[in-house]
Amino acid sequence: MSDTSLNSAHEDGPTRRDMIHVATGAMMVGGGAMVAWPLVHQMNPAADTLAMASIEFDLATVPEGSQVKVMWRGSPVFIRHRTAAEIEQANKDDTATLRDPEANANRTKQADGSDGKAQYLIMEASCTHAGCIPVGVGENGYLGAFGGWFCPCHGSHYDTAGRIRQGPAPLNLIVPKYVYLSDTVVKIGV
Amino acid sequence: MRKLLTLSLISAAIFGAMPALANTGTAKLMSAEGSYEGMFGRFDRAQLQRGFQIYKEVCASCHSMNELHFRNLGEKYGPFYSPEHANPNENPVVKAIAKGYVIADVDASGNDVERPGLPSDRFPAPFASDAQAKAANGGVAPPDLSVITKARMGGADYIYSLMMGYGHAVPHGVTVGAGKSYNPYFAGGVIGMAQQLTDDRVTYADTEANKGIKPTAAQESRDIAAFLQWASDPHQTERKAAGLGVMLFLFVFALFTWFSYQSIWRKVEH
Amino acid sequence: MSGPSKYIPQSGLEKWLDKRLPIIRFANDTLIDFPTPKNLNYWWTFGGILAIFLILQILTGIVLAMHYVAHVDFAFASVAHIMRDVNYGWLLRNMHMVGASFFFFAVYVHIFRGLYYGSYKEPREVLWGLGVIIFLLMVMTAFMGYVLPWGQMSFWAAKVITNLIGGIPFIGETIVTWLWGGFSVGQPTLNRFYSLHYLLPFVILGVVILHVWALHVPGNNNPTGVEVQDVEKETVPFHPYYTVKDGFAIVVFLMVYAWFVFYGPDLLGHPDNYIPANPQVTPAHIVPEWYFLPFYAILRAIDFDIFIIPAKFGGLAAMLGSILILLAVPWLDTSKIKSMRYRPWGRIAWFVFLANFILLGVCGFMPAEAPWTYVAKAATFVYFAYFLIVLPALGVIESPDMPPKSIADSIHPKADKSGAGNPVNVVVK
Repeated sequence: MSDTSLNSAHEDGPTRRDMIHVATGAMMVGGGAMVAWPLVHQMNPAADTLAMASIEFDLATVPEGSQVKVMWRGSPVFIRHRTAAEIEQANKDDTATLRDPEANANRTKQADGSDGKAQYLIMEASCTHAGCIPVGVGENGYLGAFGGWFCPCHGSHYDTAGRIRQGPAPLNLIVPKYVYLSDTVVKIGV
Repeated sequence: MRKLLTLSLISAAIFGAMPALANTGTAKLMSAEGSYEGMFGRFDRAQLQRGFQIYKEVCASCHSMNELHFRNLGEKYGPFYSPEHANPNENPVVKAIAKGYVIADVDASGNDVERPGLPSDRFPAPFASDAQAKAANGGVAPPDLSVITKARMGGADYIYSLMMGYGHAVPHGVTVGAGKSYNPYFAGGVIGMAQQLTDDRVTYADTEANKGIKPTAAQESRDIAAFLQWASDPHQTERKAAGLGVMLFLFVFALFTWFSYQSIWRKVEH
Repeated sequence: MSGPSKYIPQSGLEKWLDKRLPIIRFANDTLIDFPTPKNLNYWWTFGGILAIFLILQILTGIVLAMHYVAHVDFAFASVAHIMRDVNYGWLLRNMHMVGASFFFFAVYVHIFRGLYYGSYKEPREVLWGLGVIIFLLMVMTAFMGYVLPWGQMSFWAAKVITNLIGGIPFIGETIVTWLWGGFSVGQPTLNRFYSLHYLLPFVILGVVILHVWALHVPGNNNPTGVEVQDVEKETVPFHPYYTVKDGFAIVVFLMVYAWFVFYGPDLLGHPDNYIPANPQVTPAHIVPEWYFLPFYAILRAIDFDIFIIPAKFGGLAAMLGSILILLAVPWLDTSKIKSMRYRPWGRIAWFVFLANFILLGVCGFMPAEAPWTYVAKAATFVYFAYFLIVLPALGVIESPDMPPKSIADSIHPKADKSGAGNPVNVVVK
């Protein structure tokens, strides 16, 4: 039986004659990758999901001292209009023992690093421990020992800047990327 | 040879019988002469914009386009695409168009409210239900136009012909009831929609791209045909472009596998 | 030709695995060393093409299923969502839709190849029977798949074809209600068709494995119809000879497929299926997809009662019978010669059968009016006559040419041309 192997058995590695087979094999791999990519990429968020990836919200609708929850990317976000006293307390607590140290001024920065508005605290309403929604001002329930939020699931306490002060949560409440489009309108999700 | 003859006979029979099976009328369609036709066809963006204007000002009062969202207008190859704002949700023209619409919604407290549109909203439908659409239109609901060029034989050419097909003399044996019109391009010949696209029915924007374009019935018909063709298949330009790449790749790949095959079998008598 | 395995494990890992689960030995014996006749022509590449397309349909189907919604109010819109919003959704849907057509085209070529070269004859009867079962499963899968977009044709094709089952005497109506899950085609029907459409391709996969197994026991047939006598002289290992030949054929087939996917995805379909399903309005002409047209023609041809058998049941029986009769072909064909190459009358009969099959397809496309109703009846008769009259009779009355003594002989006809055993020089490709 004549030599039927792809590579000539008498020479080391592919010979010049075998180049055509190597090239064909390479094209097959390339073609396979071209077919595989759409099969994988189709699972990434579709255009309608991406359309909901950011929301615009008018902060003027939130009275001072109160909080609203808006839905963003399928989950709730706290928008709290802090009082002057709450902001002062938050600034003072910059020097307290913090598990996740962060200055109060940093908690209201915009996505590009510039200052936002100190009175509007925007944070994901998801306890960084296991994801429950902490209780905040305006809702029935205990606000926790630091006047901010309290998570009833496992007892995490957050202060008036949303920082973790007591309990099992490892991080401060997450501040999403946002930008002010005007004096009162903020776009969450940039 | 035998096979070739049989195949030719059958093709002739099929094409001869096509009109009998079309979901369109018996008249031979006129060509919309779309720039988008064929393997290398592309849309004319200015034409798509004019077509959208016609949909908005003429058609939308009766025809819904439920599968379209405002953001589609800003997608690549769409009427208002802008490379600066590749994300159609950020496109200022799209945002402005959407804002011009009033969308019925429910607020956080559960009350019915009306708010300005957003790019993520669908095109609002003119009627709240199919029953209402029928009642307002002599018992037949005007069809949704989202995929209309795919839903009719002849596609964009059908739309163009239909728009231009009014005014023909009613042939013997055809009765045109009250509130209906005769149109030989429509299946059955009798259509509930009166002629809509006449000269100067809309006024085109005075832009550089529209220089020399007059809103004649023919131009308007071509423009709406183009817009509806885009709306039915917004990714067709991408599809054709990808197709070219794939066909070339496969052609080269076929060449390579052919030579691979020849090289392997050369040594074997077969 | 499953003789003793020639595989020798090389590395330590291979030896370890071979003792526990000889999967590499199995792959080697089935796909690499498997002795395949040297003289196979391009009609033999369609098995490989079918395997690729089954995988393609399964992969595209699985990803489409991640986005499709099987509810009467959302199905049509979910397909629109796939076409407009899902990343590459327009490509995946077109691949799946056109893929079904090309899957059927390939299966028809594959079946007609089998009929021409006598691949159903002893000892390949079970191989053939498994193939018929695969075809039936394909028909069911495609039928249910077409209902899913919930267009006008989806709905009305489902209604018309399922209604036919009601023609079965006594139990028909009960079966139909059970199939529908209601009193008409509706939400329960759509949901269960979705479930079964997802399931059946994997059943097809299982039967395909049996089909390839049943092939590998006797080995491939070949254009001469003469079995392999000398493995050394008459066969080559499947790899690289047929992997590369099948590969080439697959790429060429993919080129035609790609043209349709990218430049004419809706050419093989019907525009009415882009109209959302409306149970109150029947389309002017209900036509199935092109690959069902011949069977649709046979169904409609029986529009008259046959003694006590009402037309509705007669049509259904004829349509089912036209596929099931394939199972009997190994016993209906009485000829001792396998390949039509050496059966001049058989060859003519085969071409007539092919032309008639295409003609039946045309009849299925046309509205049920004269003259097509008459043509359909005649063509239905010819279809069944091929199996029930021609094949049994020809084996007896035909005097075929002498096939070559062996495959080796057909490649190198012996110098002695006394005519004692060898026909004309056959160029085998």
